[in-house]
Amino acid sequence: MKVKHIVERVMNAVFFLCGIVSIAAVLLITLYMIIAGLPAIKEIGLFDFLFGTVWQSTAADPKFGILPFIMTSIWGTIGAVIIGVPIGLFTAIFLAKMAPPKVAAVVHPAVELLAGIPSVVYGLIGMMVLVPAIMNIFDLKSGSCLLAAILVLAVMILPGIISVSETALKAVPKEYEEASLGLGATWTETVFKVSVPAAKSGIAAGIVLGVGRAVGEAMAVIMVAGNVANMPGLFKSVRFLTTAIASEMSYAADGSLQRNALFSIGLVLFCFIMIINGVLGLVLKKGEKK
Amino acid sequence: MKHATKRKIKGGILKGLVYFCAAFTVLILIALLGYIFVRGIPNITWQLLSTRPSAIRDTIGILPNILNTLYIILLTLLIALPLGVGAAVYLTEYAKNKKFARIVEFTTETLSGIPSIIYGLVGMLFFVKMLNFGTSLLSGSLTLVIMILPTIIRTTQESLKTVPASYREGALGLGATKWYMIRTIVLPSSISGIVTGCILSVGRIVGESAALLFTAGSATIIADGLISAYTRGGGTLSVALYIYASERAEFEVAFAIAAILLVMVFILNCLAKLAGKKLNRG
Repeated sequence: MKVKHIVERVMNAVFFLCGIVSIAAVLLITLYMIIAGLPAIKEIGLFDFLFGTVWQSTAADPKFGILPFIMTSIWGTIGAVIIGVPIGLFTAIFLAKMAPPKVAAVVHPAVELLAGIPSVVYGLIGMMVLVPAIMNIFDLKSGSCLLAAILVLAVMILPGIISVSETALKAVPKEYEEASLGLGATWTETVFKVSVPAAKSGIAAGIVLGVGRAVGEAMAVIMVAGNVANMPGLFKSVRFLTTAIASEMSYAADGSLQRNALFSIGLVLFCFIMIINGVLGLVLKKGEKK
Repeated sequence: MKHATKRKIKGGILKGLVYFCAAFTVLILIALLGYIFVRGIPNITWQLLSTRPSAIRDTIGILPNILNTLYIILLTLLIALPLGVGAAVYLTEYAKNKKFARIVEFTTETLSGIPSIIYGLVGMLFFVKMLNFGTSLLSGSLTLVIMILPTIIRTTQESLKTVPASYREGALGLGATKWYMIRTIVLPSSISGIVTGCILSVGRIVGESAALLFTAGSATIIADGLISAYTRGGGTLSVALYIYASERAEFEVAFAIAAILLVMVFILNCLAKLAGKKLNRG
């Protein structure tokens, strides 16, 4: 065989191996999350673990119930979505349909910059501005609470929602809008009654993406949410699934039930994310079919 | 008439909301930037940038964190770039088995949806414990490799797709082998997409904290050589920000780091834009 054919074969194999890396990575992550997460669940009992309302990992008689974390993650995400989605969607409508080109040329990079800001910077601002403000406005002992986390998350999911929705809105065929305009609708009516419904699967994908980001965010939340394992309440100090892991991992002893329970929380979080990913896939597929 | 006024009012309200929300988004950014810069820039001193923290003199320096950030960027890109570009080339040029290609694409998308704290956990279990690399820059970099892989694969794939099929056919028709064709025609024509992917990845590495906290740690030692740098733990700028803000209450330092991070993010965004423009021009 000629040298060049051997090189050809080798390169084919090399590229194939590169292609396998991401499959291997997903398998590795899944495998490790399951292997590390199951022992504690087995020891504590699945029901007690998921639906126990008390988390006292360092008490003499430790309790490992993560319902407070699950509920906090769910409520926190819902809150962030309720605030973030309308603002994000309207901003996307502005960028895609209403902004004069010169204004869009300023707003667009601003949104990109917002997306690039590290989460710890959001956390820092939340900690130094938002938390004291909440404390003063609502006359609380401490401003570190679910509300602060919701507000920080709402801002953090904005850029993702905006850019995905904007792309979807821009992809709406011009004929749809022209038909609506031709029937006598104003431009605003056309945008809201024709363009937005036509782009709804793209917008839905943006929202699901935002949900994923909000569920998975750790560092910004840990800086503003107060980190006490309470059941969620708007002004209560709370822990999310992510922050429950991050706040105890640094001191949990190797091989202890506490540490293993943290991995189990990781597994629960992983399941949440996989479900969200699945929903995202479905939404995108539905959009393609149309 | 009544109906017409109602319509007008409704349209006006919606339009107002749209403008209000857009203004709100921009104002948030301006307020964020303004606040960070006003509180951060006065605290950026030469001493802060050029020393390591000293308990004896009671001073704080972020030089180790700057170096750690650079070390991690270097090693992560060095590994992730060939892997990511290779995967993209495989997907667009080689993959004949559509099912397999779809699995690769599906897993890549899955990877990009996994939150960084999960990467941190798996990195800790696999690289730190299982492979026994310890809490080190090496473990941190390897964890980030997996995390930024989707970004590099996606941007490279997009630019590979813009290379006209006629280029490929021309090269193959002249008797070039596939690898020769990829090396001399396809990759050079898509270089700006690859560069964009790199810049975006650097942005993610610079901003990452949750995945690094348990894999690379937060130490502030200046290593005396490249090998000892990677076998030791060390915190990047973002990790240092977290530590100074929430564990040590050194808010001046935290704001200074935040200002530096924002400047870096801004520069990276501009660079990505430039590279992207080149991409669009072909």
